[in-house]
Amino acid sequence: MLTITDLRKVYPTGDEALKGVSMRVSGDEVVSVIGPSGAGKSTLISCINRLTEPTDGSIVLDDTKITSLSKRDLRRSRREMGMIFQEFNLIERLTVMENVLSGRLGYMSNWKAFRRKFDAEDISKAYEILDRVGLEDVEDKRVDELSGGQRQRVGIARAVLQRPKILLVDEPTSSLDPETSAAVMELLTEIAREEEIPVVINIHEVDLALEHTDRVVGLTDGRIVFDGPPGELDDGARDTIYRGGEPRAKAGERTTSTESVEIEPEGSF
Amino acid sequence: MAVEPRTSWTKYDRKTKILRMLGVLVAAVVAVLAWRALHVRYTFVANAARNLRDLLGRMYPPNPSYAVEIVPPLVETMNIAILGTGLAIFLSLPIAYLGAENTTPNAITYAIGKFLIVGTRSVNVIIWALFFIIIFGTGALAGVLAVAFRSIGFVSKLLAEGIEEIDPGQVAAIRAVGGSPFDVVVYGIVPQVKPTFVSVATYRWDINVREATIIGFVGAGGIGASLDASIDFFQWSNVLTILIAMLGVVLVSEGVSAYLRGKTR
Amino acid sequence: MSRADSSGSDPLPAEESSDSWIRPTVFYNKQTKYIVYGALLLFVLWSAWELRPSPARVLSGAEAAQGLLATMFPPDFTPEARRRIWDGMIESVAMSIVATILGVAISVPIAVMAAENLAPRPVYYVGRAIVSISRSLHELVLAIVAVVTVGLGPLAGVIALVFATPGFYAKLLAEELEDIDNGQADAIRAVGGSRLQVLVYGVAPQVVPRMVGLAIYRWDINIRASTIVGIVGAGGIGVTLLNSFDRYEYDFTLAIVLSIIAVVLAGELASAIIRRRLQ
Ligand SMILES: Nc1ncnc2c1ncn2[C@@H]1O[C@H](COP(=O)(O)OP(=O)(O)OP(=O)(O)O)[C@@H](O)[C@H]1O
Ligand SMILES: [Mg+2]
Repeated sequence: MLTITDLRKVYPTGDEALKGVSMRVSGDEVVSVIGPSGAGKSTLISCINRLTEPTDGSIVLDDTKITSLSKRDLRRSRREMGMIFQEFNLIERLTVMENVLSGRLGYMSNWKAFRRKFDAEDISKAYEILDRVGLEDVEDKRVDELSGGQRQRVGIARAVLQRPKILLVDEPTSSLDPETSAAVMELLTEIAREEEIPVVINIHEVDLALEHTDRVVGLTDGRIVFDGPPGELDDGARDTIYRGGEPRAKAGERTTSTESVEIEPEGSF
Repeated sequence: MAVEPRTSWTKYDRKTKILRMLGVLVAAVVAVLAWRALHVRYTFVANAARNLRDLLGRMYPPNPSYAVEIVPPLVETMNIAILGTGLAIFLSLPIAYLGAENTTPNAITYAIGKFLIVGTRSVNVIIWALFFIIIFGTGALAGVLAVAFRSIGFVSKLLAEGIEEIDPGQVAAIRAVGGSPFDVVVYGIVPQVKPTFVSVATYRWDINVREATIIGFVGAGGIGASLDASIDFFQWSNVLTILIAMLGVVLVSEGVSAYLRGKTR
Repeated sequence: MSRADSSGSDPLPAEESSDSWIRPTVFYNKQTKYIVYGALLLFVLWSAWELRPSPARVLSGAEAAQGLLATMFPPDFTPEARRRIWDGMIESVAMSIVATILGVAISVPIAVMAAENLAPRPVYYVGRAIVSISRSLHELVLAIVAVVTVGLGPLAGVIALVFATPGFYAKLLAEELEDIDNGQADAIRAVGGSRLQVLVYGVAPQVVPRMVGLAIYRWDINIRASTIVGIVGAGGIGVTLLNSFDRYEYDFTLAIVLSIIAVVLAGELASAIIRRRLQ
């Protein structure tokens, strides 16, 4: 179970990305976080494994208080949290297999890692997961030879091989075309359910969020403004999340902007 | 359909593995042979760290009063670098012309141009200095010539590239408005090659400041002579003073050269 | 760039100057431009004066040059000379190999230190300082200090070249490291990888090909340097060369210089070929 309490993040630039976020993810829930660009979704996700250091507040995973761990213990906890990135963040020049197996690095000595000496159990599990994500027979290809959809599958395989207690997913589909997006999203949530791993997913496509997740959290300007099952996300709730409460009619042209927000300069809100 | 679970995975197959091992082995053998060819006396190696510490202890602190004394040789070092670079550019113009494929008259002149470019570049400045000392005796003159000759290859190669990149359209345009040959040079060619000239000159000058710090070791002027003398007379704090001065001069020239190149873009 | 028209000493007021045009210069204004050019010219003239290249000197120089050329030709390639050149050259090349290996080995950690995105602030400044110092001191300066420290011989040469290597290798590798895709390193951090694992898995695969290329390039440079550090007694063919000068055996000198050119060019060629094949 993941419990986030009153999480705050102020960047050195002065940007207040999170202004007191509290939420709880339990069991094998699949939770999506939606919200306009700059709302703080990515910040929230990367504060959970402290790739970004939170300014204030606490994060507790099962019995471990992530926010007060030393550097060394943080590494132990990170290996229990799988992360999937928008830009995949695979090691481009290494093979698919090495990338997947790199999910186990947290459990290996530096020396073994250097010699690529992975456990037999991990290797067989890696083959299994590769089959599961539909990447049989490409294990010896270098990642930079793969398509975007294939890469994100490698990303999923790497995270799942960690056998994590939770999956942190930051916009897994925004580098993919709509069709691949749907397939990847489906694969990701299915695997999570099979393996009984709870998931937090940042996602821009609200439809995908509604279709594949058990619960939707709406984040606006660093605060949670909606939290409930997909069925409750009516037009009013959407307006609250994306337009700060303004009804749709008034917002005019901005209604179409959820797909292309990436291009807007940050901090223009 | 995977029947049996596959529990092994290796990055390389057997053959690649053996080849890589062989590669590493060959490299190791070469390294060992090279080391043995040096006939190093291990007592020297063992004492190196302590000797260095001793030396640094004797060098520190630097001698500020000596710093004033080395201003003239430092200025001479700068002189050598500037004049050497200027002379190098002057000498490079015809050689660049010969060594550029589109301007050279024929295959023989091209070969001569290339030979001069490669030959001058491959002979170290200190060797040039030794030659010019035989001819003109010790002193800064030999240093300037050494620096200049050493630079010819570098300068003419880059100048030739700059000349080759001249856009004939711009030259034609000046001709088209009725410009004289002189106008053609001033308006059509100079603006195009000036950035290359300035950047090559400043870049090479920067390198030459460094080169000019050492030709004094063989008597060709500059701060190197002071360093040599201070070492011969065991004046270690003076040695450190000179090293710091060299560092400063080189870093400043590097900054100036980078600044000038930035300006001409 | 257009600051020329803002120069205060312009006699015409700004509004009326539409019929006059001043060529903009990279200097602040025309006066500065002429002052800079003038100062440069004066300095050069004064420097030239300091050399005192009198006609008499040039004349005697021409004579000396003639004598030099006469003794230089033909170059001395007798078996005995060839043997001495061979011995010196082997020592030089061996120095360059050992120095490249050791130099690269110390340069890699320095490069990591000098990479802004990988090293903590204070460490970064230390790394940059090491690179700057190593870059600024000429190999021969390092060699002369090394000779004082460990005595005459190739060991001093090796030490000099090892210390000269980070100025090139660590500098370029650090630039390479600063250009890496940080996402890949983040991914390894996210799975709980140690600092070293982040370097080995998240960073190294991105830069290893460049590292090999740069090492070969540096080897090429070290070959050149190894042929001259002997001038200050740090071993290699340079010692042979200086001896030949001291004994006025200029025909042997020429043979050595030609051999050096050959070796340097061979090294350059080999290095270029290997680096191209690595791409
Ligand atoms: N590294 C950083 N340094 C400074 N400010 C940052 C940094 N990263 C994010 N911010 C700021 O924090 C706020 C939230 O950013 P964040 O990336 O978390 O938003 P997001 O909801 O993920 O947006 P998007 O949908 O565009 O990915 C923004 O105002 C942004 O400018
Ligand atoms: Mg984001």
